[in-house]
Amino acid sequence: MKSVKTLALVLACMLTAVLFAGCAGGGSDTIKIGFIGPLTGEVAQYGVAAQNAMNLYIDSLNEKGGIGGKKIELISYDDKGDATEAVNAYNKLVTSDEVVAILGAITSTPTIAVAQQSAVDNVPMMTPTATHADVTSYGNNTFRACFLDPFQGSTMAKFSVDELSAKTAAVIYNTSDAYSSGLRDSFIETAGEVGLEIVADEGYSKDDVDFKAQLTNIAAADPDVLFVPDYYNNVYIISSQSKEIGLRATLLGIDGADGVLAIEGADSANVEGLYFANHYSTEDPSELVQGFLSGYEEEFGQTPSALAALGYDGAMILCSALEKVAASGVKLESSDKVFQAVIDELDATDMDCVTGHITYDENNNPIKSLAIIKVEAGEYTLYMKY
Amino acid sequence: MTLLSQIINGIQIGSIYALVALGYSMVYGIVKLINFAHGEIIMVGAYCAWYLIARLNMPAWIAVFFAILLCVILGVTIEIVAYKPLRNSARISLLITAIGISLLLQNLAQLLFKADPRMFANLFPGSKPFLGLQLTNATLVTIAVSVVLMAALSLMVSKTKIGKAMRAVSEDKAIAELMGINVNTTISFTFAIGSALAAIAAVLYCCSYSQIEPTMGSMLGLKAFVAAVLGGIGIIPGAVLGGFLIGVFESLTKGFISSNLADAVVFGILIVVLLIKPTGIFGKNRREKV
Amino acid sequence: MMNIRFKSTKSRYILNAAAVLALYGVLYAMIENGILNRYAAGLLMTAGYNIILAVSLNLAAGFLGQLPLGHAGFMSVGAYASALFTLGLEMDGAVEFPLALIIGGLVAAVFGVLIGLPALRLSGDYLAIITLGFGEIIRVVILNLSFTGGAFGLQGMKRYSNFTNIFIFAVITLFVISTLIKSRHGRAILAIREDEIAAEASGIPTTYYKTFAFAVSAFFAGVAGGLYAHHLCILDPSTFGFMKSVEILVMVVLGGMGSLIGSVVAAFGLTLLPELLREFAQYRIIVYSLLLVLVMIFKPSGLFGRYDFSLGKTVDDLFIKLRAPNKKGGA
Repeated sequence: MKSVKTLALVLACMLTAVLFAGCAGGGSDTIKIGFIGPLTGEVAQYGVAAQNAMNLYIDSLNEKGGIGGKKIELISYDDKGDATEAVNAYNKLVTSDEVVAILGAITSTPTIAVAQQSAVDNVPMMTPTATHADVTSYGNNTFRACFLDPFQGSTMAKFSVDELSAKTAAVIYNTSDAYSSGLRDSFIETAGEVGLEIVADEGYSKDDVDFKAQLTNIAAADPDVLFVPDYYNNVYIISSQSKEIGLRATLLGIDGADGVLAIEGADSANVEGLYFANHYSTEDPSELVQGFLSGYEEEFGQTPSALAALGYDGAMILCSALEKVAASGVKLESSDKVFQAVIDELDATDMDCVTGHITYDENNNPIKSLAIIKVEAGEYTLYMKY
Repeated sequence: MTLLSQIINGIQIGSIYALVALGYSMVYGIVKLINFAHGEIIMVGAYCAWYLIARLNMPAWIAVFFAILLCVILGVTIEIVAYKPLRNSARISLLITAIGISLLLQNLAQLLFKADPRMFANLFPGSKPFLGLQLTNATLVTIAVSVVLMAALSLMVSKTKIGKAMRAVSEDKAIAELMGINVNTTISFTFAIGSALAAIAAVLYCCSYSQIEPTMGSMLGLKAFVAAVLGGIGIIPGAVLGGFLIGVFESLTKGFISSNLADAVVFGILIVVLLIKPTGIFGKNRREKV
Repeated sequence: MMNIRFKSTKSRYILNAAAVLALYGVLYAMIENGILNRYAAGLLMTAGYNIILAVSLNLAAGFLGQLPLGHAGFMSVGAYASALFTLGLEMDGAVEFPLALIIGGLVAAVFGVLIGLPALRLSGDYLAIITLGFGEIIRVVILNLSFTGGAFGLQGMKRYSNFTNIFIFAVITLFVISTLIKSRHGRAILAIREDEIAAEASGIPTTYYKTFAFAVSAFFAGVAGGLYAHHLCILDPSTFGFMKSVEILVMVVLGGMGSLIGSVVAAFGLTLLPELLREFAQYRIIVYSLLLVLVMIFKPSGLFGRYDFSLGKTVDDLFIKLRAPNKKGGA
């Protein structure tokens, strides 16, 4: 039974190591921000994009001297898109790493789990991408950089009536994804209000790549527009399969569709004529947008997706709030007083970001404009601002 | 018209299930193992073909050849390294190993290629008119290839020497060995054939459904396994029939019942089959003896 | 015979109860004093329901000798059932929560019987596949029902779970399953594992016992689900996928199929280890899958094999060892 004793010893050591893991970091002279997001697992691509963009912003800020002469340190923990992991990571960031604020999480479920806990601690939290309506409802401490589900969905419904003179619409959405289902709900709701008839409503699940059965049904109903609230890869596949099947409808996407032209191996002819909602236009001549685009491409070798843009903005909004707090003479450390000061500054946000000009309403949701992008001749072109 | 096009959609995905199911069925027939890693071999084949075509600009046929070669090597290696040492231990251990290998391959691919989805260019673009519908060339090729391969495999198993050896090993390993059959070679050969079929299925699958990602093989593999069980596991025509049936069932469910419940229906079919006739459509009932 | 102090069942119960209380007391005091910060306490709670999950799966996998791949499915059924129960009722937490857990467990057990009756007529591999399919069906159905919140999941549960009740339920699970195994019923279950045909021939109602073990296993998975639901206060169907089932299976296999202490140690270790190795997070599942393969090839019995820990016996052995030198000296 020697092995059992050894094992017991190892476990005891592990427990001790976990307990005291956080005690080492005391007295450092950096400003610590915690990041929680999926870096591995099924939704890793979203978390990695956001984290890359955050690092891009924070590195550039550090090069300029950081905040009040101190460098910013982004402590990143992987939540694998799982709520338990996210809460564990959050607890570690707050109790062991003693961060001043949290950036994250990325997907809605872990964000809600963390938001409930952070509301109790009143730790400032900025989620770049969690679109679920409830995310900011648990306390005054949670902010986001993205639109809410209802905004995009209803805008696209209005857009199809106003601009495309559509009479009938169909929806195909991912039933296992809260983001996709939420957008589908709001699209259908607004469609009813603006007199757009929904002639087909089809779903699929997360691993599906064969949409022909659903598209055949949709083709039989022959709608004017087809709303596809999902990320770029599925938008691409659905678009190419609908062309194969001979669907006449114009395809409408949402911000997740940004990046559809950057998929390796994709043929842009398959998504020609797609309209999608986005936070910004890559043609925007502003220095901020162009600097972000070229910086991201240079650093990571690919065009940033909407998630990257939102991650960049999340970091930017949070850091500017921290800067203001530091400028008022408060030392940035992990304390209730600093937390409240940062939250107050976040509340007062009024600045230009990559994804538009951002201010916050009373529910900590951003008020910002939306751009409709059209894919034309294999390029994103700005169709209009909404 | 919708019914007919839904059936054609079903046959298209069904012919891919059929190819994959053949691999499951042959391996199960010979070593009584649900080779969970089979789905991942498809994924490896897809990545290999994609890499050679998209990144190295090789002609498609060479890429397909190398994809098949890589899958065969991988399949045989997995058998020798992971399954062979466990041939005489409990079935449960073998199954757990297979699950382990499957996860290992999936996550290695994730590490290597990241989670970014990639698109595979259709090797057979265009379509042909058929009864007022447009049949894509990819569909036609997929169906033709799976039927031809099924016929070839049936012939091989019933007529050739190695085919006879496979049947003998599947009946009784010990006695087959006494009859002078090299059991190890026969089993390796079976894995090789199964993996080659997986590579072909991978290429056809990608031509029709474009996307390549590390987890692409798991659901495809599971559904193909259901197809193999439906047709009668270990029986070649059974696997093919099962594949087509599952494809058509799935497509009709999506088309006429609910697109959300299609996966539930596929697994529901599995449960019903196992309850009514666990040996599948073509299977013979056999009572387990001491 | 002076050496054997803990021979009677009663004295062993007392010893075990004392040890459990002592362990609880120490951990609780550490949490209260802040020696264990909230992060560590959170990890202990996660380890707690992982222990319940691993121990309950071990009953079906290690002792009954089947391979269910849908344990996360039972967990999700329990989680949703208990969450819907507490969401629907406005009762005092002290009454509502234990009831909710039991209901979660019972609903999971019913599903266990429903799936077990047909599945257990088949041999190992088919059972594995059928339970896997069942897990997927559960997930798809939960996604498409309106009262489960679909893809949005359920939220708004009160945070009832805490260290104390997770600890209590982990102890109850261990107690019930270890008592069950030592009982007459347990021997029947073990007999089925060793040789089903022989067991049947000696008059053991195999279908009954298989379904029974399956239902008990599902019950505790459901309880763990209930604890989970009221710990994170958000449920999302994608949490309970195939990967979660595999994670629990890894704990059981690593600890040893048929060893409760093995499951406890492995569940505890595999909850803490990834936290220590956060920098290597992307290799975690690779390590898990390699572990599965390597354990199966080189040590199929896992770390503990079928060894089970008995405090009474260990204490006795200790006394015997302590006495041995004295005796030598005296002779």
